[in-house]
Parts: sequence; structure tokens; C-alpha cells
Amino acid sequence: MDAIAKPSHQLVRMRGRSYVAFVFAPVVPIAGWLEEIDATLNRSPGFFVGKPVVLDLSAVDLSQSAIAHLIASLEQRNIRILGIEGVDEARLTTSMPPLLTGGRPCVLIQNEPKKPEAKPKPNSLVHDSPVRSGQSIVFTEGDVTVLGSVGSGAEIVAGGSIHIYGTLRGRAMAGVNGNSAARIYCQKIEAELLAIDGYYQTAEDIDASLRNRPAQAWLEGDIMKITALN
Amino acid sequence: MAKVLVVTSGKGGVGKTTSTAALGAALAQMGEKVVVVDFDVGLRNLDLVLGAERRVVFDLINVVQGVAKLTQALIRDKRLENLWLLPASQTRDKDALTDEGVGSIIADLRTRFDWILCDSPAGIERGATLAMRYADEAVIVTNPEVSSVRDSDRIIGMLDSKTVKAEKGLRVEKHVLITRYDPVRASRGEMLSIDDILEILATPLLGIIPESQDVLLASNVGSPVTLNNAASAPARAYVDAARRLMGETVDMVVPVERKGLMNRLLGRRAA
Repeated sequence: MDAIAKPSHQLVRMRGRSYVAFVFAPVVPIAGWLEEIDATLNRSPGFFVGKPVVLDLSAVDLSQSAIAHLIASLEQRNIRILGIEGVDEARLTTSMPPLLTGGRPCVLIQNEPKKPEAKPKPNSLVHDSPVRSGQSIVFTEGDVTVLGSVGSGAEIVAGGSIHIYGTLRGRAMAGVNGNSAARIYCQKIEAELLAIDGYYQTAEDIDASLRNRPAQAWLEGDIMKITALN
Repeated sequence: MAKVLVVTSGKGGVGKTTSTAALGAALAQMGEKVVVVDFDVGLRNLDLVLGAERRVVFDLINVVQGVAKLTQALIRDKRLENLWLLPASQTRDKDALTDEGVGSIIADLRTRFDWILCDSPAGIERGATLAMRYADEAVIVTNPEVSSVRDSDRIIGMLDSKTVKAEKGLRVEKHVLITRYDPVRASRGEMLSIDDILEILATPLLGIIPESQDVLLASNVGSPVTLNNAASAPARAYVDAARRLMGETVDMVVPVERKGLMNRLLGRRAA
């Protein structure tokens, strides 16, 4: 009853693993083919360093000594052959790389640096210096925040709201993509023009009593409201 | 280390050339080796203000195009041996200037001088952008009036984006120089106040040059105002500004004309 077999210790573990190798398929004349290899190496030395290379001899008919010579020529160029395919085993000596069969073609994967994953686009833009006359900041994806003043003749265009921590002397256009909930905030209002979702007021329309005060502008239906913030 | 300083403004007629000459002369008087370079190709004036117009043989464009060597085009001032002028061409226009040509001249001048003062033409086109292109520092000349201040704001924006330093992610050091300032009119509210200008431009102040007859007088005799009448109010203001450029701390006062007793007693003439 106690004939339960003990699990025997397996001293050598075998694992299978597959690798991708370059396949070289020499053509006649071999000398010309080697010149092409040299040209590739001139363009990018070290191209084959550390990469497994398999020699496919099915397109040529080489004698044992010719194969030995080819392998030696490649070794001179620092190309080490992992295995050989497409040839009768009898032509290979024991000192040569082993015969391989059953290779499947695949697409070579170049070791290019991976593209950074596309981050989700930010929906706000922070500009931490004054916006000077003639400069234009356009950000249709979302809010724009300016740490500094917006000069006369400068303009801010935002898909969302506009926040200005400084004096707004230029133009501010918020909600340009049809966002009527966008607002404009500034620490000091001396704006040339304010617009939200296409509705605008010029400096002349802005109540003079608001000038030089912190203010916000928003849309109520199709009327732009501008009020002091404190 | 040589410093390349552009004197610029955007707007014309605010005193760029006068300021370049006055600051250049003041720096030279302090022992610095100075060259003033006129970038106003086609409308050159700096030679007149320095009184060197009769000694111009070769000019900036000749050097840019390889017709003359830099040493052939440089004119040494007769009064200050540390002050040199590289004049502009009067017969050509700004299109004759190339980025590479200006770059190589500035590089050459850097090896010979302590200060390279570039007198920018008005406007924001080729001449003005090339004058500021290689600058380490900038003096923005501004008059106390709204159009000049707005143009200065525009130029500051360009200094922060179009210069070699800005493109490398560095900052061009900027200073505002207020010229033609009249304290009496400013106190009556007929001019923008200093505080208003600095608030709009958000840039440190280098100096305040009072409006004065001495400036025109000096230009007309072909002499920088700092040399022509060193005791005059604008001359003292320019010398203070030059000392600030050298890194000295100088109290910011608006120099006023020193009036003699008779002037004070007989200041106003009855109609």
C-alpha cells in the first residue's frame, strides 16, 4: 500500500526557448557577397555584434572546405555563426556550427527606443511670465492661466476659461470652441476686448467703475456680465 | 568677458542713438573699452552724434560682405581713446545684413572690446531683430507716453523669444531707460508716471533721463551729451545709468537743471 513513488530529483532541467536570429543567405560569387557585408559594416560598425546569425546555404552549393572558408571569413569580420541550415549534414565537420532545421521566418524587431506612451493632453496651460504686446497665446483645448500681466496689443485665446494674475490690458477671448460656460478672471481689468463664446465687449462698453479692479466676466444667455471680484 | 548690449525701443525718435552714444562715452570714460555699432543701415545717425561722419571709410555692410576688414571699418573717437565706432552704411538697406555676417562680426568684436553697444533701428523688422540677435543685455529706451510704452512691451517680448540667448533657454538681461522725462509735466499728470511705465513693462529701471535742451545741443555739435556738458542734468543721468550697467548701486534720482541764483530770481519773464 505504501508503494507511492517518491518524486525523483531531476538534476538537469531542460527548458525550451526560442530566439530570433539573422539569417545570412550567401549567393555566388561569395567574394561579391562578402563585399556587401563589408559595406554594411562600414556604414554601421558593430551592426552584427552580439546578434545570433544563422547561415542559410540552400542557394549555393559549397564544398566542405568552401563552407569552412566562408565561416572563417565571417569570423574575421566578428560575425559568429550560431548554426547552419539548407545543407547536407555530411558536408559539415564537428568543429562547424550545428545544422539547424525547422526555422520559421519572422519579422526582425529592431531595438528602437520605445515611443513614450501618449499622455492624455493637458486641458490647461500655464504661462508664468507677462504676455507682451504683439504676443498671442492660443490654447483651444482648455483653460489658460497667466502669472503676470497681459500687455496692450497682446491676446489670449482659450477654449476654456482665462485666469490672469496681473493686469489685463490686451484682449481675452474665452470659450472659443463654443463653451459658453467659460469665464474670464483678472486681478486688474483694463482690457481692450473681452469675448466669451463669440459674444464680446470692447473697452468702451466696459463699465468705467470696474477699471483697475479685480473682475470676472461670464455669459448669462447672450449677455456678457462683468462684475468686480470684491 | 565682453558684453553685447543692444539699445532698442521699437518706436522711433525716442532717443536710442543719443542713449547709445551717451552710454558708450560714459562707459569709455570709466576706463572700459567700448565699441558702438550702428545697425540702422540706410539711415545712419550714430556717426553724426559722435562727430565722426567725416571719417567714415568702410562700414558694417562692407565688413559683413568681406569687402573690408573689421579693423579698417572701426573708427576711434578723437576725444576718448577707449571709444570706437562701427558705422552703418548709408547707401544700402537692412536686407544687406545677414544673420551669419552679424554673428561673425559680433564674435570678432567680443575678442577686442569690453562692451559692444548695438544701436538698433526703429521697428521690429530685420535691422532691429539682427541688432538684438546676439545681445547679452538690452536697454529698452522708452518715453513716458503710451505708444512708446506699448512698443517697448512688444520689443521686450521679442527679446525674450528671438535672441540667440532666448533660443538657448537663457535670459537676456533687460533694463528700461526712460528718456525725455519732464518731472513737472509728470506731476501734473500730462505724462505717464515712472511707476505706471514700470508696472506695464515689468522690467527693472536703468535710469531716468530728463528732457533737456542739452541733448539736442550736444547732437548738433557731434558730441555725446556726457562729453559735451558733463555737468548737465541728462549727462549726470546717463553717467548714473552707465554705473548701474557696471553693477554699481546708484540711488535713482531724477537729475534736475541746476539753476543759478539769477535764473531763480528771474525765472519767468512777464509778457
